[in-house]
Amino acid sequence: MKRTALDDKAIERALARIAHEIIERNKGTEGLVILGIPTRGYHLALRLQKKIEEIEGVRLPAGAVDATLYRDDLGIKKDQPSLKRMEIPIPIDGKKVVMVDDVLFTGRTIRAAIDALMDFGRPLAIQLAVLVDRGHRELPIKADYVGKNLPTSQKEGVKVHLTETDGVNEVVIEAQQ
Amino acid sequence: MKLKGKDLLGIEGLDREEIELLLSTAESFKEVSEREIKKVPTLRGKTIINLFYEPSTRTRTSFEIAAKRMSADAVNISVSTSSASKGETLRDTAMNLGAMRPDCIVVRHSSSGTPEMLSRYLSCPVVNAGDGAHEHPSQALLDMLTVRERKGAIEGLKVSIIGDIVHSRVARSNIYGFTKMGAEVTVAGPPTMLPVGIERLGCRATSSMEEAVRGADVIMMLRIQLERQSESFFPSAREYSRLYGLDETKLKNAKEGVIILHPGPINRGVEISPEVADGPYSVILDQVTNGVAVRMAIFYLLVGGAREEHHV
Repeated sequence: MKRTALDDKAIERALARIAHEIIERNKGTEGLVILGIPTRGYHLALRLQKKIEEIEGVRLPAGAVDATLYRDDLGIKKDQPSLKRMEIPIPIDGKKVVMVDDVLFTGRTIRAAIDALMDFGRPLAIQLAVLVDRGHRELPIKADYVGKNLPTSQKEGVKVHLTETDGVNEVVIEAQQ
Repeated sequence: MKLKGKDLLGIEGLDREEIELLLSTAESFKEVSEREIKKVPTLRGKTIINLFYEPSTRTRTSFEIAAKRMSADAVNISVSTSSASKGETLRDTAMNLGAMRPDCIVVRHSSSGTPEMLSRYLSCPVVNAGDGAHEHPSQALLDMLTVRERKGAIEGLKVSIIGDIVHSRVARSNIYGFTKMGAEVTVAGPPTMLPVGIERLGCRATSSMEEAVRGADVIMMLRIQLERQSESFFPSAREYSRLYGLDETKLKNAKEGVIILHPGPINRGVEISPEVADGPYSVILDQVTNGVAVRMAIFYLLVGGAREEHHV
């Protein structure tokens, strides 16, 4: 059982709106850096970078922040998650960092990513952009930019598919047994 | 993904998939050592014991730095300060260290098979940091990482390992590793230093230096262990150097873009000339840098996950 919550068009519109909101909230693009959480958050970050460039004519530095080594479940899971890429394009001291992820769920990944980022310097601010907020937070973390709020049950799974990694743009909700 | 075994005792026991996992994990860890704050919290609260029965600077330091960059507590024990000199057996040492509940023991010993034996008495992972003339898996992994980085892939490369093959655990681990990864391995050295039957490990053997160098993509020079030359394997260091030492003249037959590896410490002017060791094709210092990343990957994959109960 699965149903589509966002299709190709809806994802495009959501990202376009988020790009506008980022520029509006920050009164321009001065001092902004976009960092995505691999794998899909990184591709979303690159898409936002492109959209902002289309709107403002400014190409913001974009990169990846891998939270794996900072996760709180490493000693609990039997299999270690594979490491992704860490790519901080410029020193982040004094910068406004927009972190990008595909799905915001428990908030634990974001906590780990914030800790990872802090090891690289002292950003002026960290903001969070997500394509989907599915609720069920376990930590006091909130997104600044949300593509779509998707009320889900804990038993359901939310999957984001992007052309860069999966050949198709869609957000689907799967009933897990 | 994870490694199949509890320990890392040798490359012989790994399959290609596990080697790839170790190398790609190590590649990711390289970035940590380039940061201003070279530390991640991944192994917070874990204790790693480095038990070295043989002198070592590079390997021990590399394991220690790897553990510390991952926030583990590293304890170094070297033979001169250990109770081995007071007559304690290896088994008792293992049981006593095990009773202190370490999360990993790294061991180097002059007798082949020591890490394997210790692993039977210990429930924590054991990492072989070199045992006799048997294996030195972390060295082979860092060699493979260095070659993969420079050459893009290992598959199909011609790799020549030259020098004292008979005493070399580095040679053995690398023969296993590079052949598993699809390279063509040749070992070369004076006939007295080529073990009979080494071809059974899947490599070619020759006593001709020229043959080993010709067409090679990768040349790995081994250290002549002058301290172990109690029997005479060659007449003199000078003659060895003339026949098997790598200098720029001999290197002319190698392929364009050849890279030179050496596990260190090097004997300048014996197995390798200073011009070659410091030359543009030398990747000797890359090997040292990669050593830390490889050891971080070993710790991440063996110690980072949930502790499984191993009955001993």
